[in-house]
Amino acid sequence: MKLFAPIAALCLLAAASSAQAADPNLGRNLAATCANCHGTNGNAVKGAGIDALSGMPKDKTLQKLADFKSGDKPASIMHQIAKGYTDEQLDLIATYFAAQK
Amino acid sequence: MLMKRRDFLKVGAAASAMASLYGCAGGGKASGHVVVVGGGYGGATVAKYLRMWSEGGVQVTLIERNPSFISCPISNLVIGGQKTMEDITVSYDGLKSKWGVRVIQDEVAAVNAEKKTISLKSGSSLSYDRLVLSPGVDFMWDEIPALKSADAQGKILHAWKAGPQTVALRKQLEDLKDGGTYAISIPKAPYRCPPGPYERACLVANYFKQSKPKSKVVILDANEDVMSKKGLFTKAWSDLYKGIIEYRNNSEVKDVEVASNTAILEFDKFKADVLNIIPPHRAGDIAHKSGIKLINNRWVDVNWLSMESTSTPGIHILGDAIFPAPTMPKSGHMANQHGKLAAAAILNQLAGHEPNPNPVVMNTCYSFVDSKNVIHVSSVHQYDAATKTVQPVKGAGGVSAARNELEGKVALGWAKNIWADMLA
Repeated sequence: MKLFAPIAALCLLAAASSAQAADPNLGRNLAATCANCHGTNGNAVKGAGIDALSGMPKDKTLQKLADFKSGDKPASIMHQIAKGYTDEQLDLIATYFAAQK
Repeated sequence: MLMKRRDFLKVGAAASAMASLYGCAGGGKASGHVVVVGGGYGGATVAKYLRMWSEGGVQVTLIERNPSFISCPISNLVIGGQKTMEDITVSYDGLKSKWGVRVIQDEVAAVNAEKKTISLKSGSSLSYDRLVLSPGVDFMWDEIPALKSADAQGKILHAWKAGPQTVALRKQLEDLKDGGTYAISIPKAPYRCPPGPYERACLVANYFKQSKPKSKVVILDANEDVMSKKGLFTKAWSDLYKGIIEYRNNSEVKDVEVASNTAILEFDKFKADVLNIIPPHRAGDIAHKSGIKLINNRWVDVNWLSMESTSTPGIHILGDAIFPAPTMPKSGHMANQHGKLAAAAILNQLAGHEPNPNPVVMNTCYSFVDSKNVIHVSSVHQYDAATKTVQPVKGAGGVSAARNELEGKVALGWAKNIWADMLA
């Protein structure tokens, strides 16, 4: 039964990766933690005085977040919040918002 | 190599088994019926996000006893005279018309976890694939025995659930003669909204300073010290309200004398003209009736990967009702975050996948110290597999450098955005 070996290998691969694998919706889930203030999918309420993030180019979002993290960009609260996420998580968040309309 | 039909089927089965480990894209789509009990910060959020993220694939029914959402955050500004009830009330129409959530104004009488049904007070019953309870808190009246009667509760208010009590407390303050005393009692932690009582003391003092300058505010705190934003609150009290606000720690209210508006402490009594008692509280009653595991007979024990009860799979619990993770406050903002964590987990589970193994939640909380100046506290909490809970990220979060007007504007912007995130 020649088929068995490659399927078993694939299953092992799947089992091994499942322990570490990121959820395919991880970026969406992480970005949702920003929505309380920045609006659902980054569409902030207009006139409420908080920046919308939807459609913002990824590089721009990442640079802002890096500046908040380093303290280069003065902030009331974002310097404290940006430090709570890993660089990989911030990358996923910026990628998600860049794809939103 | 010729593949026989039997082998082909085996490959198919293996492929679908792998897809269910969500490493492979194109796995099952979530479908089914989720019933959400309670349309506050947690429940409204999970209802909307289940519909949005499933693109309408999952049916959602929300059971809520009130006709509209009334926000606890910002309600201290109604008590302080800056805002009206209309300002903190939001309709459920957006959830219905935009997101297709079926909203039923009713109360849950009982949960049958084995049969996966709930019965409503109106007499009807509903079946569910997954149940979300976002019941908030109910008060432990046994701890303040004289407040057990409805009459007593109508005279000595808590105003710790926004609604008629908010309006009634504002009226009591308006009716107070200049030179009178307002006292607010704070139960031992954990309680809903750790900075809320101190914010309320500030906003009542702000009102007195402007309209009734001989009047006083006394804080009777059952805790050893100010539980949130201590340095910022105590600075506001000394800078803005010297001679108006008096803070008393270790002052647990054991009972009251209703007729004379007197708080009975362990060794002392305190008579006020307006007595505002926040009784100790616990997970909302429906959590107690559902047979799910509680800690200290008060708060629901949850699995942090899914917000599911540790004792009763299929029932998820959000918000103030849960036994909190380390340093996690009971706040509306956090309940909204619980709602999104649960929505993501439920959609995975309904599609036959495991929940996201790396959830993150975060909190911000703004407190007004007068009509314009605000102070915040923030935190980020990441799942830690070793302790099986979400842990605060060291070095992240913190409080405002000083009270400021910019954050006063941000706080109102926060409210508009989070209400839209839940309900619009």
